[in-house]
Amino acid sequence: MDEVKIKDQAARDAALRVADYEHGWSSAIETDFAPKGLTEDTVRFISAKKNEPEWMLDWRLKAFRHWQTMETPDWAKLNVPPIDYQDAYYYAAPKAKPKLSSLDEVDPEILEVYKKLGIPIEEQKVLAGVEGARKVAVDAVFDSVSVATTFREELKRAGVIFLSISEAIREYPELVKKWLGKVVPMHDNYFATLNCAVFSDGTFVYVPEGVRCPMELSTYFRINAENTGQFERTLIVADKGAYVSYLEGCTAPMRDENQLHAAVVELVALDDAEIKYSTVQNWYPGNAEGLGGIYNFVTKRALCQGKRSKVSWTQVETGSAITWKYPSCVLNGDDSVGEFYSVAVTNNFQQADTGTKMIHNGKRTRSTIVSKGISAGKSNNTYRGIVRVAPNAESVRNFTQCDSLLLGSTCGAHTVPYIEVRNPTATVEHEATTSKISDDQLFYAMQRGLGQEEAVALIVNGFAKEVLQQLPMEFAVEAQKLLGISLEGSVG
Amino acid sequence: MLRIENLHATVADKPILKGLSLAINAGEIHAIMGPNGAGKSTLSYVLGGRPGYEVIEGSATFEGQDLLDMEPHERAAAGLFLGFQYPVEIPGVSNVQFLREALNAQRKARGQDPLSGGEFLKVAREKAGLLKMDMDMLKRPVNVGFSGGEKKRNEMVQMGILDPKLAILDETDSGLDIDALRTVGDGINAIMRRPDKAVLLITHYQRLLDYVQPDFVHVLAGGRIVKSGGPELALELEREGYAEIAA
Repeated sequence: MDEVKIKDQAARDAALRVADYEHGWSSAIETDFAPKGLTEDTVRFISAKKNEPEWMLDWRLKAFRHWQTMETPDWAKLNVPPIDYQDAYYYAAPKAKPKLSSLDEVDPEILEVYKKLGIPIEEQKVLAGVEGARKVAVDAVFDSVSVATTFREELKRAGVIFLSISEAIREYPELVKKWLGKVVPMHDNYFATLNCAVFSDGTFVYVPEGVRCPMELSTYFRINAENTGQFERTLIVADKGAYVSYLEGCTAPMRDENQLHAAVVELVALDDAEIKYSTVQNWYPGNAEGLGGIYNFVTKRALCQGKRSKVSWTQVETGSAITWKYPSCVLNGDDSVGEFYSVAVTNNFQQADTGTKMIHNGKRTRSTIVSKGISAGKSNNTYRGIVRVAPNAESVRNFTQCDSLLLGSTCGAHTVPYIEVRNPTATVEHEATTSKISDDQLFYAMQRGLGQEEAVALIVNGFAKEVLQQLPMEFAVEAQKLLGISLEGSVG
Repeated sequence: MLRIENLHATVADKPILKGLSLAINAGEIHAIMGPNGAGKSTLSYVLGGRPGYEVIEGSATFEGQDLLDMEPHERAAAGLFLGFQYPVEIPGVSNVQFLREALNAQRKARGQDPLSGGEFLKVAREKAGLLKMDMDMLKRPVNVGFSGGEKKRNEMVQMGILDPKLAILDETDSGLDIDALRTVGDGINAIMRRPDKAVLLITHYQRLLDYVQPDFVHVLAGGRIVKSGGPELALELEREGYAEIAA
């Protein structure tokens, strides 16, 4: 698998050319940068760096050429400063090393960063093979490239393929070719197309027919290298009757300059398959004055292709300066089910425009949307969602609940639901509330002994409970803490 | 235990308390009665440290500490409990979670170890039993969907669990039927009638005092204590009304 020949000699030459052109080694961890800027050469460089086959490079180039003709979307309720795409790096990988077989071989500095972030890769015991309470396979993504992949053997026994997407492209080209870009087409939107051209790494999961994945799958995304755009690519396919639960967690160290993050996540569920996708997103949100922070422009979509298939998105979004994200379900299979549970917290000058799309194409398809927006400081938090029922989709049901909680009087909460029903047998419900944390609640909790921050955290966690309880246990605890931390200093 | 001297307080710049003085010793139960608008609830909020209730003159000490210099949660940890006239709903947070976090925050402030889940539940079960409250109620979100009477009873369960030195109970009797009144009264006696504890009952009516016998009764009118006496004063008030006494 290591010796995949690069057939495109031109790509290799380009890679060598640009690699000579500039050496941006900055951190103690030797980072292998592509030179600043975005050209066809950059795309070729990335592809060559990853030893990609020609079809992949062609795909990237096609996307890149199309991307150059596209305009940045401006329909969201976001104030996005112009992004200079030529002023960013598009590839940063830890220095190329031989493939690692265990964590011991991982750069200790990388492990140190993880430790500082308090990441459960401290489940090193688990990683080292010590039988623990629960097995979590961690495909650790550090600066775009997987440096440690664990539990592969046990997963392999179950027939589950869990690899970095780069490896999958080399090892399982037919599977990848079959589904890559099928859920989120290459031309879908500005940021998705950009991702197609320059995606650095990400995760590929395939769960074969009838298999229940024996453990929660987890990836921790990090942005560490300064000024490096992150373009993760995730593809999860659950074959007939398969089940998989996938956890994605993000934290990023402090940075002063804005960083672009444009991931694409594609999920495919065939007949009777179920995918549970949970996210805790805690990218650097910028400082209290609104400087810095991550721009998080993510395209996440699930294809419930099979009959009775089910996809459940759960997200806790506390980070990023700007969030633009709509994890969606295309419910093609009859009786398929889509769920979206979301908590989005904005504080200081953060902006979030997030929600979901439930596209009901199949008969008797059902969807549930529970969105909890929490705004504080001078932030803006928007729920934007579409529930669409196609003409042939009989007896569709949707229930949507959008609640907004305001802390203070200088933040904004907005709800923008689009409901498009083209079949008269559909039942679509939408409920929305907006409330403030009242002085009464705060004083009551404080009179019982809780400090102000603790009181806010408690009230906010109560507000978000319906969503938090959808998360796997180990994530729920982390998420609860995160809500409190994100809102520190927002009251009083 | 509590010493209030010449307390002046305003709400939204409007003077409400105008030179109130009161001393409560350990082992004593005091009742404050008075007409609407006399400043009874303001007194409880000022002592609890509610933002917006501003002290412009005078002092209040709790066991020798300057109460007015402390944050609301610090007062709670010091042993001050406020029974609310209108207990507040906190959706999504169970009573058990709320009280355990509150109790452990207090314990932490006092340098004590936190109670484990099991230890806490044991205490909670005992106190709920005292107030004839179903444990299922304790698992429900704080005051959400509770009737007026249930909310008041819940306040008393909270008092039992938090085990304060001084309880200031603001119209805990309002909204209670006769049976509930008896239960709440019995609860107050069981939890607070101890030599090292004290209670300040704020009420309009004599009826709670039938169950919780006060040692002292004060009449609050126009932001000051205008008359003090023994339990017989409450009966007198009931008979003759505030207008006569306060005049």
